[in-house]
Amino acid sequence: MARARFDPFLRDPDHPVKPTPLGAIVVLIILIVLALGAVAPLYWMFATSLTPSALTVRFPPELIPSAPTLRNYELVLAQPNFLRWVINSFVQAASVTFVTVATASMAGYALAKLPFRGAKTLFWLFILSMMLPFEAILVPLFLVVTRLGLVGSYLGLILPLLVTPFAIFLMKQFIQTLPTELLDAARVDGASELRIYWNVVLPLVRPGLAFLGIITFVAQWNSFVWPLVVTRSSEMRTLQVGLVLIREQEPLFYGLHMAAAVLAAIPVIVVFFAFQRYFLRGVTVGALKG
Amino acid sequence: MIFVAPQTLLFAVFFLLPVVIAVVLAFMEVRPTRMTWIGLENFRNVLNDPLYGRALRNTAYFTGVVVVFWLGKALLIAYLLDPMNRTLQTFFKSAFYLPAVTSTIIISLVWAWIYHPRFGLLNAFLGLFGVEPIAWLGNVNTALPALMAMQVLMGGGSSIVLLSAALARIPRDLYEVALMDGAKRPAIFTNVILPLIRPTLLYLVVTGTVNTFQVFEAVYVMTEGGPQFSTATVVYRIYQEAFQRFNLGLASAQAIVLFLVTFVMAAIQFRFLGQNVEY
Repeated sequence: MARARFDPFLRDPDHPVKPTPLGAIVVLIILIVLALGAVAPLYWMFATSLTPSALTVRFPPELIPSAPTLRNYELVLAQPNFLRWVINSFVQAASVTFVTVATASMAGYALAKLPFRGAKTLFWLFILSMMLPFEAILVPLFLVVTRLGLVGSYLGLILPLLVTPFAIFLMKQFIQTLPTELLDAARVDGASELRIYWNVVLPLVRPGLAFLGIITFVAQWNSFVWPLVVTRSSEMRTLQVGLVLIREQEPLFYGLHMAAAVLAAIPVIVVFFAFQRYFLRGVTVGALKG
Repeated sequence: MIFVAPQTLLFAVFFLLPVVIAVVLAFMEVRPTRMTWIGLENFRNVLNDPLYGRALRNTAYFTGVVVVFWLGKALLIAYLLDPMNRTLQTFFKSAFYLPAVTSTIIISLVWAWIYHPRFGLLNAFLGLFGVEPIAWLGNVNTALPALMAMQVLMGGGSSIVLLSAALARIPRDLYEVALMDGAKRPAIFTNVILPLIRPTLLYLVVTGTVNTFQVFEAVYVMTEGGPQFSTATVVYRIYQEAFQRFNLGLASAQAIVLFLVTFVMAAIQFRFLGQNVEY
């Protein structure tokens, strides 16, 4: 088959396997159907959020809202503490992201490039800890935080979420690829380790830092179990917990639930599209690299 | 080293210490006023608890079905996308990734609405074909499959990306040689592609199984373990025991059993799939 630069079926001209035009169309149809399965629920969330309550409890439902309204959004914003939940989620996600990127890059640097006593033991402890489901330590973790008097506070919410062996691995993996000679050269010039970390290592692993920051932010924004367990008063709840509370308070207002869900989804969807290439690059962590 | 100090300190207080406490608690009867050492009693109770057994079976069934279909779907999509050009790949990968960046809570709320017995989208759609409305989440036979279907349809975003990257790394000459030898598409898939992406598959099977086994949020939001415990999962049981009944000793024992099960599963998968894998 000729190597056309432009292919009407949007095939990769350099790929050795050339689907026939008919095959390409069949493949496209399969992919579109599957993609609709993934995206349609999100569309439905959005459509319902614009539907007046009276019309959501009608059968069959309207696929396209006939009388779109922002009323549900007004009602969400009028929910007690809704804005507080948004702020709490931002505080949690932003602070965990910032501290994780800072401390994990430090630990990753030490484990990758600085031989020290106990490094191996520490490394294996971190590996083992990744095997343990978070829920397995949920109860005792809660007891520890209770004993520290931190239940219901920002510190109690945030501190336990900073334990991220995964992030340390990721940073170790990125920093390991830096040439050691470069660091040695800086050392010969009399730079302190702190200086090398700050002026040499960090600028060179900036893409890694960005990647870690982005996935940490999304994971934290979406986290539910720990915030559910450790927050007590309505003012301290985070947005994900708040979504469930709204539904408990107003069980029949589906448009309201969906409007709250849309508002909670917007930040991560914005982050996703802003940093799309980081998400679609496919980074694996650990010894199992493909 | 000061560089590892912050993470090590956090790790010690918020991970190692809880692990130690969990192990100790598992051998205790915890009452508000005192704690008594009761040896293996909690573990005996876990193993004799029909609800925990039920939760384990539910979770295993859920995990088995979800991992197979979710990975199958991801592999199919990654394979179909591979010969396509960049723009199209980015478009589809983004579409499949969107549900993965959206929180499980949001996805669960949306699906609880889609599955709504009276006004739900699914029943409306099936109604077009004359199917009577079904209470998807309210029926012992459909509740767990409904959760599985949601998980399979919504999952896969990051695994498609990883598999796609693995497929793109396969040297193009290998295909050309195989094609010149007159190999057919299915033969190339099983003999060339599968062996080469095996490390990625192993990674996805292990992490997918471990993560799916911890299913909690969807159950919490959509069914609360019901109806009649048909969707009770292991982590949901632990949550109930610990935070609703404050039975901390038993909950810790349940958590340790969960850890052991997870560990054994991961080990078995390594043995079966790890053969001939070069790292």
